[in-house]
Order: sequence, then C-alpha cells, then structure tokens
Amino acid sequence: MRKFRHYVPLCVALLVAALSTASAEVRIFLPQLLKGAGLTVEIALASFALVIVGSFVAGLAQLSRIAIIRSIAIIYIEIFRGTSLFVQLFWIFFVLPEFGVTLTPMTAAILGLGLNFAAYGAEIVRGAILAVPTGQYDAAIAMNLSRGDTMRRIILPQALVAMVPPFGNLCVDLVKSTSLVSVIALYDLTFAAYQMNAALADTFSIFGMTMLLYYIFSQAVRIVATGLERRFARGLSRGHL
Amino acid sequence: MLWSWPFLFDEVLPRLLRAVPTTIAATILGFAVALLLGLFFAILRMSRSEWIRIPTTEAVEFIRGTPLLVQLYFLFFILPDVGITLPPFTTGVIALGVHYATYCAEVYRSGLENIPRGQWESARALNLSSFATLRLVIIPQAIPPIVPALGNYLISMLKETPILALIAVAEMMQEVRIIGAETFRYTEPVTAAGVIFLGLSLAASALVRWVERLLKNRAAGR
Repeated sequence: MRKFRHYVPLCVALLVAALSTASAEVRIFLPQLLKGAGLTVEIALASFALVIVGSFVAGLAQLSRIAIIRSIAIIYIEIFRGTSLFVQLFWIFFVLPEFGVTLTPMTAAILGLGLNFAAYGAEIVRGAILAVPTGQYDAAIAMNLSRGDTMRRIILPQALVAMVPPFGNLCVDLVKSTSLVSVIALYDLTFAAYQMNAALADTFSIFGMTMLLYYIFSQAVRIVATGLERRFARGLSRGHL
Repeated sequence: MLWSWPFLFDEVLPRLLRAVPTTIAATILGFAVALLLGLFFAILRMSRSEWIRIPTTEAVEFIRGTPLLVQLYFLFFILPDVGITLPPFTTGVIALGVHYATYCAEVYRSGLENIPRGQWESARALNLSSFATLRLVIIPQAIPPIVPALGNYLISMLKETPILALIAVAEMMQEVRIIGAETFRYTEPVTAAGVIFLGLSLAASALVRWVERLLKNRAAGR
C-alpha cells in the first residue's frame, strides 16, 4: 500500500477521465472545456504576475518609515481583504466605467484578481521580512550598508525562503478563484462547463472533467512551489555550512 | 448623475439589508457543516487503517484542489439527476460546508497532532474507549489553540457566500444583480454591498477574537 500511495492521485485522475470520456458527447464538450481552460491559465498567469508585484509593493510600503505610505498600504489591504472578491470584480467591471474607466472583461478580471490576492500577498511579504532575525539588521548596520542595500542584499534573500510556501498556497487559491471571472462574461473553464452542461445535460462527465482539469492545475502549482522551496532552501543551508 | 443618495437609501439599502440575513444564515450553517465534517475528515485521516486513511486524504486533496464554484454547480445540477431535490439555499450550504470542511480538517489535524502522545497513552491506561478518549481528553485540548485558524475560515467563507447568487440564492449579490438588471445602475448597489461586507467581516473578526478570549479565560479559570 505504501508504494501504491504515490499512484493514488494518478489512478483517481484516470478513473475520472475514463468515466468522463465514456460519455458519447466527449467530442463536443472536451474541445470547449480545453478552450476555456486556456483562458483560465492565461488569467491565472497574468494575475499572479500582478500579485507578485503588488504584494511586494504593498508589503514593503507597510514597513515604510513614512506614515502616509504606511496608511495607504493598510487601507488598501483592509479594503481588499474585508470585501469579497465577487464584489470587487463587479465593482471593477460595472462601476469603474461610470467614472470613465472602461476595461475589457479580461483586463477587469486580471486587475480584480491581482489586487485582491496582492492584499493577502502583502501580509505574506511583511510577515516574512519581520521574521528575519534583528541580528541581521544590526550586522548590516555594522557593515555600513545603506537601508536599500540592507533590504536588497541581506533581508530579502532570507525572507524569500519563508515566502515561497505561503505564496504557493496563495497561487493555488488564485487558480481556483479564477472560476469567478465567468460572472463578468469571460469564457473560462467554469463558464465553458456551465454552457456545455446547459446544452448537453451530461453533468457528471462535464463537471467531472472540469474538476479534474482544475485539480491538475492546482497540483501543478503545488509541484512547482515545492521545487522552488527546495531550490531556495538549498542556497540557505549552503550559507550556513 | 454618478451617485444618487435617494436611490441608495430608498431603493438599494432596504433591499440589500433584507438579503443580509440570508448571507449570515448561509455562513453560519455552512460553517457548522464545515466544523463537524472537518473533524470527521481529520479523524478518518488519523485512522490506523491505510484503506481509510489514504482514500480520505486523496478525497480531501481533490476537494481542496478544485474551485468551490464548480463544486456548487456540480451539486446543483447532479442532485436533481439522482432524484434529490433541494432548495438552492440548502445546496449552497452543503457546497460551502463540504469545501471548507477540507480546510478545517487540516486545521484540526494540526491541533490533534500537537497533543502529546502521553495523553493518548494515559487515556488508554484509564481504559477509555476511542470515542471517549477523543471526546473527553483529546478534543477539549486540541480545539482552543486552533480557534484563530478556524475563525479565519469563517471570515473567508462569509466572503465567498456571494457565489450562491450564481445558483439564484436570494443573498446580497443576487439582490445587487437584480437591481442592476432592473435599473441599469450598479454604482450604488455594488458599493453598498461592499461596505456591508466590510462591516460583516469586521463583526465576524470581532466575534472570533471574543471566542478566543472566552476560551482562554475558561482555560485559565480551571
């Protein structure tokens, strides 16, 4: 059983795939689902890039010496964490045009997901930076490094190691949350599944296949995150030897 | 033209506020399901039999790895197919509950794993049954430290209830969508919904902190 364990996810995946493809309509719905999946991946990648940038900007701003920058960062984080992603997507898509900013659904989705998840990411960045022992700062001062150099060359490289696992989890959540973009009329994987289900009424196969695709995406993110974690930690342990 | 206070106060707010109880009820009932089912998952994952432990672990991983919205649609469309007709609200509560149960299971597991081995051994020495060991010895010690983590999931669940609008549950965002469709005005309803959500999540986090303090005081009083 122990050796068998690694193959369980694969077996489950194959089982679901077999059950789904047993459906006569697989030739009709699978291409549509894959088309939707393409858009899902595109949105996830673009918004994750925005999340990384936003998290570092907001996370570092929270640690700024200037009070105004700190407060702006805190207000941004509290607003985006306190209201729902669903509400934010609606706001960006339906309300911003009233103020003269009209975005395509794609841009609105990436912006909404990016801003929402960056608010969570900012907390990860802040937490990881604060977790670096104060001795590192003292040593940097003793070495006469400027504040910028201290951050860039001493603190961030160490903080990055601690950031990788939580960012991996955040990215899995992000992939799952892309399913919400169907509410602003984007033909993503979830919307494709919904439409195909309405047309073909083969719920088990269509949604089974859809869940399987999402599961593959989130496992892929986990694998990449674990790899990065190992890669980053390797540098750290070498430094300690 | 951009923002109309009368429209907000006379039209939007009364309708949104009428939908707030549905949002709160969905959150509380969904969380109750998540807490119970999550504990069940966590205990199954600690089973000595691999034939119970591994399938549970994989099922939990699968549910955690797929979006809540897809699960919601799946339940909503498959249940009538297998002859179970439930109101959308109930389907929504089940979906929220099952999805979050998998998150809670992880939290419970960390709580259960932090109980020293000696506690299990003493319970065995006192001839307690497995059920009595869990109920009287392990769970009372495992729960208080994980209340903050569970509380965070209560708050995130609150913020995910709007997706119930997509299966036509009359909660707040559904009301926003109806108002938007009737009047072509989204500015006031969406903004108001956002502010109400902010208020609700602040209230929820105050509640979590209160429960945390309550448990801490009780533990100290004993």
